[in-house]
Amino acid sequence: MGENWAFVAILTVIALTIPILGILAAMVLAPKRPGTIKNSTYECGLETVGDAWVQFKVQYYLYALIFVLFDVETVFLYPWAVAYQSLPLLALFEMIIFLLILGIGLVYAWRKGALEWI
Amino acid sequence: MDAIELGIVALKCLVIVAVLLTGFAYTTFLERKVIARMQQRLGPNRAGPFGLLQPAADGVKLIFKENITPVGVDRFVYFLAPIVSMVVAIMAFAVMPVADPITVTIGGQVREIRFQLADFNVALLYVLGITSLAVYGLVLAGWASNNKFALIGGLRSAAQMVSYELAMGVALVSVVLVVGSLSMNDIVDWQVAKGLPLIVLQPVAFGIYAITAIAETNRAPFDFPEAEQELVAGYHTEYTGMRFALFFMAEYINMITVSGLAATLFLGGHHLPFVERFTGNLPWFVDIGVFLAKVILALFLFIWIRATIPRLRYDRLMAFGWKVLLPISLANLALTAVVIAFLAR
Amino acid sequence: MSGLDPAFLIVGALAIVTAVGMILAKNVVHSALFMVAHFGLTAVLYLLLSAPFLAAAQLIVYAGAIMVLVLFVVMLLGRQEALLDEPIVGQRWLALAALGVLGAALVRVAALGVPAAPEGGTAVVPPAFGSPAAMGDALYTQWVLPFEVVSLVLLVAMIGAVVIAHFQRRPRNEKAGNPAIAADATEIPSPRA
Repeated sequence: MGENWAFVAILTVIALTIPILGILAAMVLAPKRPGTIKNSTYECGLETVGDAWVQFKVQYYLYALIFVLFDVETVFLYPWAVAYQSLPLLALFEMIIFLLILGIGLVYAWRKGALEWI
Repeated sequence: MDAIELGIVALKCLVIVAVLLTGFAYTTFLERKVIARMQQRLGPNRAGPFGLLQPAADGVKLIFKENITPVGVDRFVYFLAPIVSMVVAIMAFAVMPVADPITVTIGGQVREIRFQLADFNVALLYVLGITSLAVYGLVLAGWASNNKFALIGGLRSAAQMVSYELAMGVALVSVVLVVGSLSMNDIVDWQVAKGLPLIVLQPVAFGIYAITAIAETNRAPFDFPEAEQELVAGYHTEYTGMRFALFFMAEYINMITVSGLAATLFLGGHHLPFVERFTGNLPWFVDIGVFLAKVILALFLFIWIRATIPRLRYDRLMAFGWKVLLPISLANLALTAVVIAFLAR
Repeated sequence: MSGLDPAFLIVGALAIVTAVGMILAKNVVHSALFMVAHFGLTAVLYLLLSAPFLAAAQLIVYAGAIMVLVLFVVMLLGRQEALLDEPIVGQRWLALAALGVLGAALVRVAALGVPAAPEGGTAVVPPAFGSPAAMGDALYTQWVLPFEVVSLVLLVAMIGAVVIAHFQRRPRNEKAGNPAIAADATEIPSPRA
């Protein structure tokens, strides 16, 4: 089992070298003719207006928060699914209770309009 | 682990990378040809016979293009982002089984060669974990570029990932529930032993997986992070030349990986579960061909969908993930659990 | 094997370097990046300790989900370099004192809790240790009650998130004319302008 992870480590090293080699090759081969206008930020041919750091809707944050909670739930689901066929029938009801409690949360967020993109 | 085995592993890694890069090149070619035909055009047909050398020409062009680094970028993150995208895309393929293992004799020693880099008891979770890191490449590119379009593109990709990864994870739990293992080989063997690909038993899970896979790879109709009519080029607006090519490669390699995962989990992997009831186990080179055929079929579907379905509206996209796919996948999971509880006991 | 696994030492040292980098980085996004790296290295540490499921969970939950949340916060705040002022007077010295107390507690707990190594060197790890199946067996037979309590905690967190976000959202809703048109960003005059 441990060896398999060593194989993945070797792949990681090779996977890292490929893009770095690509960028280095391009650095050597590609022309370099920078200019003030060429190097300016792209904004449809106009001069850049304001900061790129516009403030974002709080909605993004809310989605991410609900995602974290459900992601934790999904991680709990995997060992349950693997062991399910060797567990007593009680395991089914344990998971149904777990899902119902989280389902209440989803319904609450839904009813409160937290899932609306306004 | 001795020297020969280390050599075999290194060779396997190189083969994976080489095949993925070639696969990327010819997927772009396939996409251009198929979309052209669907729009009653010819597509690339100048470089080589039937335009077959077009990917090579594109590659050469991209290497020789100037790399423009705009002012105001965060240089470290700006260079890091395409590398992150690429590494993550390649690494997800590590656990994919491509054919049955064979035994060969090297230097008087009998060795088993697996057509798979690694398999472990958390392989499926490994793939999910690695693909959940793919979003960093896009978010960091968007943030580092100091460009409004890029930033919005990066943020959208994260929000989209957030909304579709859940449904994908829950849909795959139903598959694990049926098989009872997270190892790729166990899942394939199970399908062969039962003589049924899992798509027959879990059609809903497959449908959800297919939709979320398109969203996770940011392909049309879910290509918001790079929606050209709204965001110029989204997160890679400020990337040129080779650095742009790396994002492009990562996107197509991700497509190949999710196609391979669909083939392994739902279509019987490198086996033909129904056919092998009658023919017995097929030799390893047929296995590779079967796997490739399934992946290409899935890639063709990707391209077909891109040519057919227009982009959604953004609020619809979010609502679809949270209010349609997630409840359906949860209901599918509950139903599967109940059915197994009363059938298998 | 005597002493620690060299791979464990190297990864552990890297984890500490990234943790320190996270605190020292002036730019919030760089700080967040160090944190991602730290979470990834922690996952590798779990792997080296024969806990593959924990490693995968670490990768999915911390590196995949929680860090996305952190990045959203950073982007919601906008581009602000870390300010070097002290919101609480003398917080550095307070932090140092707290660090001392925590460190002492940690050493004490570690001294209490570490079981003695078995005679003759290495501990034997049972073959299925840390696998998802073993986790499932333990979690859903022996530890059912804590598991169900976790779902309640998650529910409370979700309700809290919705309540807090609504509290912030209401004034903006009244201003918005046409809610059907989706927009990614609302331009708000920057506090520095």
